[in-house]
Amino acid sequence: MLTYILRRLLWMIVLLLLISMLTFVIFYLLPAADPAVLRAGKQPTPELVRSIRHELGLDRSLPVQYWLYLKKIVLHFDFGRSYQNNVSVRSQIFDRAPNTASLALGGVVVWLLVGIPVGIISAIKRGRWADRIAMGSALVAISAPVYWLGLVGLYLFSKDLGLVHIFDGSGSYPDQGNLFTRPFATAPTLFLPWIVLAASFAAIYARFLRGNLLEVMSEDYIRTARAKGLPERTVIFKHGVRSAITPIVTILGLDLGILLGGAILTETVFNIPGIGRLAFDSIQKSDLPTVQGTVLLGAFFIIILNLIVDIVYAFLDPRVRY
Amino acid sequence: MALLEVRDLKVHFNTDDGVVKAVDGVSYSVDRGQALGIVGESGSGKSVSSLTVMGLTRFFSNAQISGEILLDGKDLLAASDEEMRHLRGSEISMIFQDPLSSLHPFYKIGDQLVEAIRTHRDVSRAQALDRAVEMLGLVGIPEPRRRVDGFPHEFSGGMRQRVMIAMALANDPKLLIADEPTTALDVTVQAQILELIGRLQNELDTAIVIITHDLGVVAEVTDEIAVMYAGRIVERAPTDTIFSAPEHPYTWGLLGSIARLDAPRGDELVPIPGRPPSLINLPTGCSFHPRCPYVREAHRRIDPSLEPVAGDSGHHVACLLNTETRKRLWRLLEAGTAPEEARAQVGLEDDVASPKEASL
Repeated sequence: MLTYILRRLLWMIVLLLLISMLTFVIFYLLPAADPAVLRAGKQPTPELVRSIRHELGLDRSLPVQYWLYLKKIVLHFDFGRSYQNNVSVRSQIFDRAPNTASLALGGVVVWLLVGIPVGIISAIKRGRWADRIAMGSALVAISAPVYWLGLVGLYLFSKDLGLVHIFDGSGSYPDQGNLFTRPFATAPTLFLPWIVLAASFAAIYARFLRGNLLEVMSEDYIRTARAKGLPERTVIFKHGVRSAITPIVTILGLDLGILLGGAILTETVFNIPGIGRLAFDSIQKSDLPTVQGTVLLGAFFIIILNLIVDIVYAFLDPRVRY
Repeated sequence: MALLEVRDLKVHFNTDDGVVKAVDGVSYSVDRGQALGIVGESGSGKSVSSLTVMGLTRFFSNAQISGEILLDGKDLLAASDEEMRHLRGSEISMIFQDPLSSLHPFYKIGDQLVEAIRTHRDVSRAQALDRAVEMLGLVGIPEPRRRVDGFPHEFSGGMRQRVMIAMALANDPKLLIADEPTTALDVTVQAQILELIGRLQNELDTAIVIITHDLGVVAEVTDEIAVMYAGRIVERAPTDTIFSAPEHPYTWGLLGSIARLDAPRGDELVPIPGRPPSLINLPTGCSFHPRCPYVREAHRRIDPSLEPVAGDSGHHVACLLNTETRKRLWRLLEAGTAPEEARAQVGLEDDVASPKEASL
């Protein structure tokens, strides 16, 4: 098991290297605006642009730039400075990651709390009204775009009902603090984003679990459980749900990994200063170091959560051995 | 009074394609400590009838069940779901065809046995575990004290079937239903499992119903055999009689299609021509007539009922041929005569219907 984890961590480093290289190359191949020109302001003189180029290291060859970039990461855990505002990428990411995490983790809790019970009930009541209503709503939730759901939610709950407070100039999210530093101030403002983010996930999870459970309930070992005379509730939960829910762990790990790397739509609608928006803004401004930082962070989360999923799986399913 | 008495059991399933008459009027009984074999092809209704005895067809919302299933005189079809649940696993137990998929892959063997025991008995976990170990030892699992902590995937197919048997017998049921208990196993393991079932039946005095498509499987273990075809019993007799003096052409077909060591070398196995009929549109008359080599015109119209064979009240058969003809046919077949030839020799050729025409 330990050697397996070590091997996977080594692979993670290889993958991150490849990803950073790829981002680097793509960034230079794409016809993006020259970061030096963007930096130089409204009236760039050639001298100014040249000096900025030199300052940012853009006048070096591509491999040398990449090498210097890697060296700083490995030696100082330094991801460089933003071309745009000269802030260290590391501090930018560390500032914003907790905001995204506040959103993503709360969303996960919400969609699991909704999706799992709905999926189970739907499967048990297959074809009956509870199932029809649940699966109908699930279809709506999957189809509704996040920005639409978010705006409708904001209108309903803040403008109309006044249940959610919108902060002047910053939407519904306070400028200071996040779920980890100021949980009681932030949590109420995050309810709406959580629900909006969780809606489609809850629907997908409910449908996934429903399908799984229906399949499991026709397994031979369910027939055995019934033949043993177990109460139907035990048959469904201990024998059925236990099997049906295991694959949920896999998609949960992936989804959480993706979201921790930035939930751009929800972040934008609710004006949450998270990783997703940082990535989006930096792409628009050809801010390579920041783009690299967010890409690497996203990749890191996806890879590490995949690893965690595989480890958890070994505990959930005794047939899995590493 | 018989331990289990099934009277005119019908199990029909409503489907989009029509009503599937999986079991269509089946009656049999099993005495305490007796073993009954139910033999038939896939789709003959043998499994469905047993699942119904267990009350497991209740879980299919499209099943229509009628008739009577009396266990110790109590009608199981009239019992509530909760009453039925208390009987399952304590009074009646069942083991299934595929031991590989019949145990839950995520739970230890011991936990699964403990669960079965504690569902019906008010004992501590430790006591139940002791009982589980005892049962595993009884069914011949080596080192049961250690093996209770194993997961199903760590056991071989034969061992898993032993675990299933241990689980089914843990609460001393009066009746054990074994649905194709050896079909998924290697031939050598098959013999061991059958031997085990036979031994446990003697030791524990449990009545057993063994369902199989293979007459050879039940020959050693059972006292009586019921042959099912298209949802009905077509012949029922003590095991010896089924092998020595079978009366139904379908039983002859089954006997002709099992390999026997005492047959002369070079004897070929004779398959039964055709396929089992659709249970939605059963053939008119005798449902075996499209495949029967001895079919006569009247057999396509008249539906035979299960009646005692003259001179042998323990032997029932549902065939429209008269007893004399059947006995002559069997003697000829036993001597190695081909069905067509036998048909000619007993003088059935005068009738119009040959099986090929009949199937058109």
